[in-house]
Amino acid sequence: MTQTIIQTSNLYLPTILIPLLPLLGFFINALFGKKLGHTSGWIATAVLFGAFACSLFLFLNLPAGGSETITISNWFYFKNIFVPFAFLIDPLSITMLLVITGIGSLIHLYSLGYMHHDEGFSRFFSYLNLFIFFMLLLVMGNNYLIMFIGWEGVGLCSYLLIGFWFKNQAFNDAAKKAFIMNRIGDLGFIIGMFMMLFYFNSLNFDTVNIGALKLGMGNMTIIYITLFLFVGAMGKSAQLPLYTWLPDAMAGPTPVSALIHAATMVTAGIYMIARSNVLFSLAPHTLDVILIVGTATSLFAAVVGLKQNDIKKVLAYSTVSQLGLMFAALGMGAYESGMFHVVTHAFFKALLFLGAGSVIHAMGGEQDMRNMGGLGKYIKITFATFLIGTVAISGIPPFAGFFSKDEILATAFEHNKVIWGLLSFSSMLTAFYMFRLVYLTFSSSFRGTDEVKHHIHESPATMTMPLIILATCSIIAGFIGLPTILSHTHLFKNYLASVFAQSKLIMPAGHEISHSMEWILVGTAVTLALVSIAFAYQKYVMQKHVPAADEKLKGISKVVANKFYVDEIYNTVFVKPIMLLSDLFLVVVDKLIVDLLVHAIAFITNQIGRALRLLQTGHVGFYMFAMVISMIILLAVQIFVVI
Amino acid sequence: MENTMQAVPQNWYLLLSTFMFCIGVMGVLLRRNAIIILMCIELMLNAVNLLLVSFSSYAGNAEGQVFVFFIMVVAAAEVAVGLALLVSIYRNIASTDIDILSKMKW
Repeated sequence: MTQTIIQTSNLYLPTILIPLLPLLGFFINALFGKKLGHTSGWIATAVLFGAFACSLFLFLNLPAGGSETITISNWFYFKNIFVPFAFLIDPLSITMLLVITGIGSLIHLYSLGYMHHDEGFSRFFSYLNLFIFFMLLLVMGNNYLIMFIGWEGVGLCSYLLIGFWFKNQAFNDAAKKAFIMNRIGDLGFIIGMFMMLFYFNSLNFDTVNIGALKLGMGNMTIIYITLFLFVGAMGKSAQLPLYTWLPDAMAGPTPVSALIHAATMVTAGIYMIARSNVLFSLAPHTLDVILIVGTATSLFAAVVGLKQNDIKKVLAYSTVSQLGLMFAALGMGAYESGMFHVVTHAFFKALLFLGAGSVIHAMGGEQDMRNMGGLGKYIKITFATFLIGTVAISGIPPFAGFFSKDEILATAFEHNKVIWGLLSFSSMLTAFYMFRLVYLTFSSSFRGTDEVKHHIHESPATMTMPLIILATCSIIAGFIGLPTILSHTHLFKNYLASVFAQSKLIMPAGHEISHSMEWILVGTAVTLALVSIAFAYQKYVMQKHVPAADEKLKGISKVVANKFYVDEIYNTVFVKPIMLLSDLFLVVVDKLIVDLLVHAIAFITNQIGRALRLLQTGHVGFYMFAMVISMIILLAVQIFVVI
Repeated sequence: MENTMQAVPQNWYLLLSTFMFCIGVMGVLLRRNAIIILMCIELMLNAVNLLLVSFSSYAGNAEGQVFVFFIMVVAAAEVAVGLALLVSIYRNIASTDIDILSKMKW
C-alpha cells in the first residue's frame, strides 16, 4: 500500500489529461492572458475540446459495465485512515465527463463571441477553465474528499463568475449570496464526511458502501449521514429552502449562467446522491425527505417562474424547478432517471440560456421581456434554436425533455399518485411559462425603443454554431432512453446499470406499470403540455397581453412576482438579526471589552515609561554611580543570600 | 622567580589589590575629568591583574598569567578607542568635563 502503484492501464494517460488540460488552460490564461489578447480564449477553448476528446476515448475504451480506479498518488495516511488521490472511471463519471467537457467546450466557443468586447476577456476564460477543472475533480474523484475539493472549487469559481462585473455592487452582493448559501450546504457535506470517517474509517466510495451495507437497512447512522449529505446537495443544487442564490446568480455573464448555473455545477448535488446511491437506498426516510423537498421545489419554482419578466430569471426558476424534478426522481430511488434528466436538461437548458444570451446580445444588454417582442423576424437562428429548446423542456415528443420527464412521471405514478399529480402540474406550468417567454420575446411586434430596434442583429458564428449543435442534441438526446412502450433496450439505463446494481438489490423493485397505463400517462402529460401552450398562445399572441409594470400588480400576482417575498423573509429572519448581533458584538465586545483591554495595556506601559525615563539624566557620573551600587548589591546578594 | 613572588605573604597582595581597586572606584565616582576616569578604570583592571598573577603564582598554575596577557591586550584596545573618543569630544567642546556631556537624556 505504501509504494505508489504503477498504472499499466491504457486509460491512465487520458484520465489524468482530462483535469490537467483545463488546469493548464487556467494557468496560461491567468498568467499570460493579458499578453495573448483574444488568443487566450481560443487556447481555453482548445484545451476543453482536448478534454472532451479524452472523455470520448474513455467512453469508447472502458469495457461495458466496468469501472477502473486510476491512482495518482497515495495522498495521506492518518492512523487507520487512508486517503488516496485517485480517480474513479465508471459509466456514471463518464456520463458526467461527457456532459461537462462537451457542453463546456461549446459554451467556451460561444463565449468567444459573447465576451469579445469585454475588457476582462482572458480573466473570464481563466475562471471558466478553472471551473471546469474543479468540476472534473468533483465527478472523477474516487472518494468524498476529492469530490469535496471539486465541490468547494466550483463554489469559488461560481462566486468569481457571478461577480465577474465586480464594479456593480448588486452583482457582488449576488456573488456573496451564492457563496454563503453554498457554505450552509457545505457544512452539511462536511459533517456527513466526518461521520463517515468516524463510522467507516474511510472516505472511499467502495469502502463506505461496504461499511454501510454491514450496518444494514434503515440504520440511524446512515440516515443521519445521508441527511447531512443531502443538505450539501440542497445548497449546491438550489433546493428549498436554500435555492434563493440561483436566481440571483444570473447576474453573471450569460455563458456562465448556461454552464455553471444550469448545465453542470447545479447538478453536482444530483451526481453526489447518485454516486452515494447505496447509502441513500439504505436510508428510506432520507429518500422520502428528498422526494418531498424535490417535489415542493419543482412546484414552487414553477409558480414563481410564471410571473417573472427578466428573461434570465424565468430560465433560472425553470432550472430550479427542473432540479426539483431530478431530486424527486432520486427520492423515488430512480437514480438513472434522475441522471437521464440531468443529461437532457444540460442540453436544452444550456441551449436556452445561450439563446437568451444571444437575445440579450442582440438587444444590447436589455433583459426585460416587456421591452422585447417580434424578435423572431430579426434573429432567425436564435429563434429557431430557442424554440427547439423550449419544446424540449416542455416535454413534447420526440424532443429530449419528453423522454426523461416522462420517465420520472411514470416512476412517480407508480410510487405515489399525489406526487405524480404535483409533478405533472409543475411540468404543465413549465410548458406555460416557457412558451410565455417565447411569445413575449419573439412574436408580435417590437416594444422597445427605435434605437435598440436599429441595433438588433444576429450573433456571430461562434455563438450560433453552439446553438445549432445544442439544438440538434436537444432533439436527439432523448433517444438514448426510450420508454419501454417504444423499445426494449433503454440504452442509458443499461449503460449505468452497473453503478446502481447494488441499490437495485437493496430497494424493493416496484412493479412495472402496464403498457396501456404508460400510454395513458404519456398522453396525459403531452395533452397537459399542449393545453398550457395553447393557453399561452391565446393569452400572449392572440390577445397580445403584455405583463403589467411591477407597481401595478395587485393581490396574488404581486406576491408571485415578488417570489413569495422569500428573499425579504430571509432578510428579516436571518440577515437582520445577524446584523444586529454583529452590531451588538461590535459595541459591547469589541469596542467595550477588547478595546478597553488593549488601550489599558498601552496606557499602563506608557505611564511606567514616563516615570522610569527620568532615571536617564544624561549625567555620566550618575550612571557610573548606579553601576557601582548595582554591582555592590549583586555581590551582597551573592554573598549573603543563600539561594 | 617564584621565590621573589612568594617573598611576601599572599594576604599582602590581596590587600594591595583591594586598595588599588577601591582607589579606582573612588576615582571613577568622584572625579569629573574624563581622562582621570579612564585612568582609574585602568587602575581597577590592573588591580585584578595583580590578583590573578599572585593567585597563579601561589597555585603553581600558569593559566592565570596567560589570562593577564589577554586582559592587557584588550585593555590596550579599549584605551585606544576611549582616548580617540575623548580627543574628538575635546575638539568639539574644548573640555573633558563629563558634567558638560549631559545632552543625551529623556
